[in-house]
Amino acid sequence: MRTRFQQQMEELREKLLRMGGLAELAVDRACQAYTERDLTRCQLVLENESHINAAEREIDELAFDILATQQPAAVDLRFILAVTKINADLERVGDQAVNIAERVMDMIELPAVELPVDIARLATAASAMVRRALESFVEGKAELAQAVLEMDHVVDRMRDEAFIMLVRKMNEEPQVTQQALDALLVARNLERVADHATNISEDVIFWVLGADVRHHAQAASAAPRPERREQI
Amino acid sequence: MGVGITVEHLNAFYGKTQALFDVNITVLANHATALIGPSGCGKSTFIRCLNRMHETIPEARVEGSVRIGDLSVYNGTSATQLRRRVGMVFQKANPFPTMSIYDNVAAGLKLNGFRNRKKLDEVVHKSLHSSALWDEVKDHLHKKSGASLSGGQQQRLCIARALAVQPEVLLMDEPCSALDPISTGKIEELIFQLKEQYTIVIVTHNMQQAARVAEFTGFFLLGKMIEFDKTEKIFTNPSDKRTEDYVTGRFG
Repeated sequence: MRTRFQQQMEELREKLLRMGGLAELAVDRACQAYTERDLTRCQLVLENESHINAAEREIDELAFDILATQQPAAVDLRFILAVTKINADLERVGDQAVNIAERVMDMIELPAVELPVDIARLATAASAMVRRALESFVEGKAELAQAVLEMDHVVDRMRDEAFIMLVRKMNEEPQVTQQALDALLVARNLERVADHATNISEDVIFWVLGADVRHHAQAASAAPRPERREQI
Repeated sequence: MGVGITVEHLNAFYGKTQALFDVNITVLANHATALIGPSGCGKSTFIRCLNRMHETIPEARVEGSVRIGDLSVYNGTSATQLRRRVGMVFQKANPFPTMSIYDNVAAGLKLNGFRNRKKLDEVVHKSLHSSALWDEVKDHLHKKSGASLSGGQQQRLCIARALAVQPEVLLMDEPCSALDPISTGKIEELIFQLKEQYTIVIVTHNMQQAARVAEFTGFFLLGKMIEFDKTEKIFTNPSDKRTEDYVTGRFG
């Protein structure tokens, strides 16, 4: 048993989970800031970004160190590759939260208007996808990750509906165009958060099963394998 | 050119102790195939069954079938006839210490009654070129003994000696385990080139080496061939949990 190696792998896993917590918190805060028009939460999201960026660098450095010194193979190699990709996706989830927070800071300057879009519902769905994708990573379970992939269609549909309704609103009431446009961009940011959750889930499937399911390839093509979480 | 190797239901014994259990494997011609596994798993025994070196140990015996190209190894083929077609390089370089570099390479041919000096010169020149040693020894071919060379050079000299008899298969039993990284790199580079002309089977404890030089890898455990597949598959997504545990260092 390679004790030092196993310690490094565990450290990598813990760092990624902390990174995931930061990214998830950023999205939740940004969405609350939107629904409550809360400037304080916007500032918290912006401050949090530097922590996410620092965490991203730390994870990459550790992964690089393990690759250079431990020559991992098989499930360990897949784990490290998956971690580096999930890391990049989580950093981008943080970026989307920052975009939403900046949009909210602009919106607060404008009068509040009633818009025909349920951003809170979209936010709940996108945030749930990130949370479940991270759970699938924690558990090392491909079927949990697969369930997240299926949720992506729901979020896409919600985004499409939001677009239709908001464009109609802009045509009917041009005086609220700016607010509707802000909401539309927030909807797009949330849909991208969901896309990153999808990427994370695909990476979890790659780690656990060794199957590349990107671009709608099927996980079922891989031979069934035992769950791997206990080995890391 | 290299030839393929077909092994069917191979069992090997040391007296009453069975070392290999029903090994079946097809080695493709002109490819490098690596055999990995923990110490005592049977990989060296296996490779020694391919050129009938296993039976040189008292009370050792083999059951099953091994074919090297069209040659049936255990069915009426003499060991001498076989070893002309199957060269072997060992863990520790073993040049003939009292012979010059030239004579070391020419030894196999001379033992077979080959005396044409011009032809011998050609073969020695070609073999030393093939083993990437020519440039380092060309000025001392007759002056220096094989034992005067560095460890890495001695190993390449042994490879040249094996190549001189123009085998079709080259067996390598941990050829780099006693070498520094630079010499190891040279041997690995050599394996990569040699497989264009020879079929190579290499036993190694260095899994990165197996991953670097071989297209196919077999994993042995307790005398059984657990998994045999493309090297890429063995090191990224092996089918058997025991293989995965070994290549990830969880045991062995």
